[in-house]
Amino acid sequence: MIDVIDLRKSFGGLEVLKGITTTIREGEKVVVVGPSGSGKSTFLRCLNCLEDPTSGSIIFEGVDIADMKVDINIHRRHMGMVFQQFNLFNNKTVLGNIMLAPLHIRLTELRKKKIKNVFIKIYNLFAGNKKPLYETNTTRQQIKQEVRENALRLLKRIGIEDKADAYPSTLSGGQKQRIAIIRALAMNPKVILFDEPTSALDPEMVGEVLDLIRQLADEGMTMVIVTHEMGFAREVATRVLFMDDGQILEENTPDRFFSDPQNPRAREFLSKVL
Amino acid sequence: MGNFDKKIARFWEVFLNQNGYTKVLTGLQNTLTIAVAGLVIGIVIGTVIAAIEVMPKYKRLPRILDGLCAFYVGLFRGTPIVVQLLVTYYVVLPLLGVNMPPVNVCILVFGLNSGAYVSEIMRGGILSVDPGQMEAGRAVGLSYTVTMMKIVVPQAVKNILPTLGNELIVLVKETSVVSFVGAADLYVAFSYIGSNNYEFMVPYLVMALIYIVLVMVIAMFVRIMERSLRKSDRRN
Ligand SMILES: Nc1ncnc2c1ncn2[C@@H]1O[C@H](COP(=O)(O)OP(=O)(O)OP(=O)(O)O)[C@@H](O)[C@H]1O
Ligand SMILES: [Mg+2]
Repeated sequence: MIDVIDLRKSFGGLEVLKGITTTIREGEKVVVVGPSGSGKSTFLRCLNCLEDPTSGSIIFEGVDIADMKVDINIHRRHMGMVFQQFNLFNNKTVLGNIMLAPLHIRLTELRKKKIKNVFIKIYNLFAGNKKPLYETNTTRQQIKQEVRENALRLLKRIGIEDKADAYPSTLSGGQKQRIAIIRALAMNPKVILFDEPTSALDPEMVGEVLDLIRQLADEGMTMVIVTHEMGFAREVATRVLFMDDGQILEENTPDRFFSDPQNPRAREFLSKVL
Repeated sequence: MGNFDKKIARFWEVFLNQNGYTKVLTGLQNTLTIAVAGLVIGIVIGTVIAAIEVMPKYKRLPRILDGLCAFYVGLFRGTPIVVQLLVTYYVVLPLLGVNMPPVNVCILVFGLNSGAYVSEIMRGGILSVDPGQMEAGRAVGLSYTVTMMKIVVPQAVKNILPTLGNELIVLVKETSVVSFVGAADLYVAFSYIGSNNYEFMVPYLVMALIYIVLVMVIAMFVRIMERSLRKSDRRN
């Protein structure tokens, strides 16, 4: 699903990713661990080009999205991302947060189709073989209604539909992060990238967020998770990547990685955190 | 002080019976129109410039636009507003063959001028918004421009509303030079009253008072706005 080929990233003179090659297959839950500053976040942010790779390729569904010429916005719709700091839109209600992107994208598509239809109609006036028009039967109102219903369904799933009209500043960290997760889900992503989703949470809220991620994992969602929660990593991962100094030093099944790490640096890291 | 009483009596005479008050009302209206419309234009221009200035600069187009914006801001901040009014009214518009009433020229120039200042305020506002907001917008597949306009700018505007209120006060005060191009403001009205009875002390005193009251009223609105904004931060 995602092929990462010799990915490199430098900030100024500092090379943070030093040639990363790996493949993320459909349905996998890849957990990335490693010491602070090893480049885990940068790696994750390169996967959806929030950071533009300095060199190398990110092949997502057959397209190299690291190529600056592709329209990255279209491909990002299929990759959800969940941030350490939640990053809910502060000027939108909970429902507004979830609806914003799907609604905007579908309404824009509808508008584009209508504009194209005008041109096709003009073309059809003169041409012998008529071109078919795009279907524009769903109205803006219907689209709004559908997106809204989907958002409410997702909110119900995490059991806080009563917060639909609340603003993010009034929510607990756990609520914010779960909403951030379903905001990503509302786009029907093929893969979700998590960057330390529980690191900014009070301890008593970590559980509810991990539970939701676990559910998604069980439903077969493809995931890449950067985390310091080793217990969770071991439980949910299908594969563990150990990063240090901008490189993947070990790639292993969770059982083998946690019980018998091969790389000396991985061994040292685990002895510190476990 | 008997002398002063007489001056006041003469002022009232012109103010009430020789059309003084209509001139003052027209002047007040023009002053407020120019300041408010100028600010509105300024906010639109300033937002566009600020959005361009904070754009990432690795493509060529943003760099060119950025250069143009820097030139614009430098031009309008680097010259006195009186000069901008005079040059627009007596040089630029005649050269373009455009004929505009003085008040409209003033609205245009004040708008362009405050656009340069508002762009700085707006840029500060945009930079004060957590970069995570832009990242979250981009991560769900929205473009830079859409995220800017739907997420970042609204939050920036909220942060800078009080400062924009102060900009309005600045504009109200600066309108006192619009008579240079023949727009009838408070100065024109009170000069009329003064020259009608050869007595300028009271008219200009009243003019000063009107400006003070105007500024105080706007400042009060700004404070009320600030307070209600702070409240909405805590809302449910
Ligand atoms: N935008 C940036 N500009 C300059 N340097 C950066 C930038 N982002 C990250 N870095 C540097 O890149 C290195 C790797 O950072 P990164 O955030 O990817 O590490 P990490 O493995 O996620 O660490 P942590 O566990 O602390 O989150 C660090 O040395 C960091 O200072
Ligand atoms: Mg990190």
